[in-house]
Amino acid sequence: MLRQSWWKILSLVLLIITFIAGFLGGVPAKPILNETIRNLYFHVSMWFTMMILFIVSLVYSIKYLRSNNQVHDRYALEFAKTGIVFGLLGLITGMIWANYTWGKPWNNDPKQLGAAIALLIYFAYMVLRNSLTDEDKRAKTAAVYNIFAFAMLIPTLWVIPRLMDSLHPGGMGNPAFDTKDIDSRMRMIFWPAAVPGWTLLAVWITTLRIRLRSLHDIKLNA
Amino acid sequence: MKKITSLFFLICVFLVATAQVGDTGTEQAPEMADALRSSGKIYVVVAVVVTILLGLFIYLFRLDRKISKLEKGKY
Repeated sequence: MLRQSWWKILSLVLLIITFIAGFLGGVPAKPILNETIRNLYFHVSMWFTMMILFIVSLVYSIKYLRSNNQVHDRYALEFAKTGIVFGLLGLITGMIWANYTWGKPWNNDPKQLGAAIALLIYFAYMVLRNSLTDEDKRAKTAAVYNIFAFAMLIPTLWVIPRLMDSLHPGGMGNPAFDTKDIDSRMRMIFWPAAVPGWTLLAVWITTLRIRLRSLHDIKLNA
Repeated sequence: MKKITSLFFLICVFLVATAQVGDTGTEQAPEMADALRSSGKIYVVVAVVVTILLGLFIYLFRLDRKISKLEKGKY
């Protein structure tokens, strides 16, 4: 069992490091942010995980279009689904944070709006899939749509937040955080532990869903 | 076994790398939750959060094993 699931245990170890060091480790003292700077390990990791999963989903959609293999379509779907879950968690945790730093949970900040639009585009991916009954047609249309949905992430999450003024840490520059705010102590937790830990957890959940789904299909065809 | 060794190695590298990060000059002013930590209560939060994390992972491991059993055809 251990042999096949070493990366699942790695995910657990990395997240334990993140949770313990995330609360007890040293952080730079900044006005307004105060201790909420620790949200970097949790809230920001949600978005990084979402982005990685959407990239994987995009790759599988392209693979589907090249191969017409239904398995690739299923992978694309499940990675997008888990990505949406992490995106929603990112949005909700961001709103909780905004309530105590900006005064209101929703401020129509360009970063909030961009993230909301990006997620709505991915909701439409699910709606589109469910509106088509023919399996091949559904897979093909969904794969093409998924490529456009990913293309829309570039303006909504990468470009617009860089162009407009924002209350979010990072201001006009980086969409995720101010690289001058965090120091090397925080980077040593964020990059080697938080981002890979959360990503591996998300991949694990996705593989469970894919396996469950193929069991379901086997049973239907039996 | 090789994978466990490499996993252990990775963790060691991480710990060593963390240990080498020195304290950067601390600026004065903004108030932080120092009092909370010195009175020891932040450890309560850490314990709670780690418990939740462990619980979730146990749940996921069990779910994983159940699906594996189904895949092997042991209904």
